[in-house]
Amino acid sequence: MTPPQMKAPGSHLAGSAPRRAFPLRVADRRRDQIAHRLIGLAAFGTIASIILIFVFVGKEALPVLTSPEVHKEVTVGQMLEKVEPRPGKPKTFIWQPVSDVPKYALPPLVLGSLKATLVAILFATPLAVGAAMYSSEFAPRRAREFIKPVIEMLAGIPSVVLGFFALMVMADWLKVLFGWKYRLNATTAGVALGVAIIPVIYTVAEEALRAVPRQYREAALALGAGPWAAARRVVLPAAAPGILAAIALGFGRAIGETMIVLMASGNAALWTLSLSDSIRTMSATIAAELAEVVHDSAHYHVLFFIGALLFVVTFLVNLAGEVYVGRLKRRLSGIAG
Amino acid sequence: MRRACSVAWVAMLLAGAVSAGAAVTIKGSDTMVILGQRWAEVYMRTHPGAVVQVTGGGSGTGIAALINGSADVAQSSRAISEKEKAELLDRRAVPAIEIPTAMDGIAIYVHKDNPVQRLTLHQLRMIYQGDITNWRQVGGADLEIALYSRENNSGTFAFFKERVLAKGEFSPECQMLQGTASIVNVVAKDRQAIGYGGIGYTKGVRTVALATDSSSEYYAATQDNVAAMKYPLSRNLYWYTAGSPAGPTRDLIDWVLGPEGQSIVTKVGYYRLPDSGHVGDRPDGDTTRSIR
Repeated sequence: MTPPQMKAPGSHLAGSAPRRAFPLRVADRRRDQIAHRLIGLAAFGTIASIILIFVFVGKEALPVLTSPEVHKEVTVGQMLEKVEPRPGKPKTFIWQPVSDVPKYALPPLVLGSLKATLVAILFATPLAVGAAMYSSEFAPRRAREFIKPVIEMLAGIPSVVLGFFALMVMADWLKVLFGWKYRLNATTAGVALGVAIIPVIYTVAEEALRAVPRQYREAALALGAGPWAAARRVVLPAAAPGILAAIALGFGRAIGETMIVLMASGNAALWTLSLSDSIRTMSATIAAELAEVVHDSAHYHVLFFIGALLFVVTFLVNLAGEVYVGRLKRRLSGIAG
Repeated sequence: MRRACSVAWVAMLLAGAVSAGAAVTIKGSDTMVILGQRWAEVYMRTHPGAVVQVTGGGSGTGIAALINGSADVAQSSRAISEKEKAELLDRRAVPAIEIPTAMDGIAIYVHKDNPVQRLTLHQLRMIYQGDITNWRQVGGADLEIALYSRENNSGTFAFFKERVLAKGEFSPECQMLQGTASIVNVVAKDRQAIGYGGIGYTKGVRTVALATDSSSEYYAATQDNVAAMKYPLSRNLYWYTAGSPAGPTRDLIDWVLGPEGQSIVTKVGYYRLPDSGHVGDRPDGDTTRSIR
């Protein structure tokens, strides 16, 4: 064995061989190539698995639109129709897939997901953005180095733990506080969901705030603004698109989140706007019912249809968020440069 | 690196050896999973070489696994449906064999301070369908009733729906919780609540005596009343096999239905079969019956 060669400056970059200052040994180069292939494979494998999942979900959802077999039990039109729960009762949307006459109305599930997500956003945004402003604008470096990782650690709490906490503890507090009939409802689930998305919103919002060039603040301060005015009137508006993107990412995470809503929302599919009524979300419905369902039945395909809906919505929202963040970063750095 | 490879090899060989020793896989009802596991434990201890694997997931999950062929036995807290029977016949060309293995009762839970002591099945049905909405209407305090149910994937849900709701629908208001433990937990904390679940799980709540109708007698949810099928919400806990069980599965079933297996039923908190201990009394010595 020869002693390891000195690495050329910049050789750790994934550049092509000719650019290196002096040639690597053959064995090194081969190892390099293998490593490149492997990590390339990892990257494309990940993308391929996403596409495969998409295709699989789509394929299982498609019979809802096309299969006459499924249409005997339910059609897309019926999924958007109100029916009488019992003869003589006012018509409403009903989700009762396990029944002699299965009913598959989607609106209450969609509304349920939106209600929980809305509460989560309303709860999490002020906290997360406030925390982000504090740690990027006001906190001494030491405090920031403490706050940031601790908030981000929130993301590491398994959602089943949050759900359990919401079910056992938080639901009691909120019930006493508001005097609800049902302790598990849109608000209980939404607040727990909010806790889950705080780190998402915080991280992205903080990044957006810190991406605002220092000159903005200096200019504001030079014009006589106090630190608070500078942060609120100059930095915050400059970072607003990024904060919006942070909220969008939080939305994407919240609407797909399953365990918390499964445990803390009550899972009754009601068609009401009240936030103190129980909800049944799209994600929780899939989680609760998919294990039990007969393969290839109408119910099975409807659940995949809901899954596909959820997939498309989260994908679009996340995409919009990412694109927005990227654009904002480019714009701000463009101005600064 | 090489050592890691050889470790993996050994692990694979071991796994192969285990699966070669005809394991009986049992899957299904969450209500029965503890019972199944206790049976498996004792059976494997007393029958060296036997391998029994038990997992939960819900009655329907177990029956689906039976239909797919990924389980030898489905544990179910409800009777198999016509649809599932047809599917099994269709997929695997064998009938479902139903084996009652134990008995259970569904208790109706209320808060400890709830003065309501007894209900008829009819009242219970009106409550769960949302026709009776205040405890005052059934002799309780002037409080709205908060309804709790198991999720629609549980055998307990199916049983309740069939027996109490006469296959009708739950009120849309009814909250669906995951697992009996959550229901007991909620009911224990909420004076307005009513819930249902296994008789074994009554820590912190009170159960209500039930009568089939207002002219018949009320029976409390006790072991004796369930075993005698007097309590209106008594049920069988089943095992299902695809076609007549044979080999290790058959041995296991005979043992479960025998005195040793049945004594475990009582220890776990369910009720032994009324005619247990008489296995083999039937003319053909068959402990199972075929249903189609």
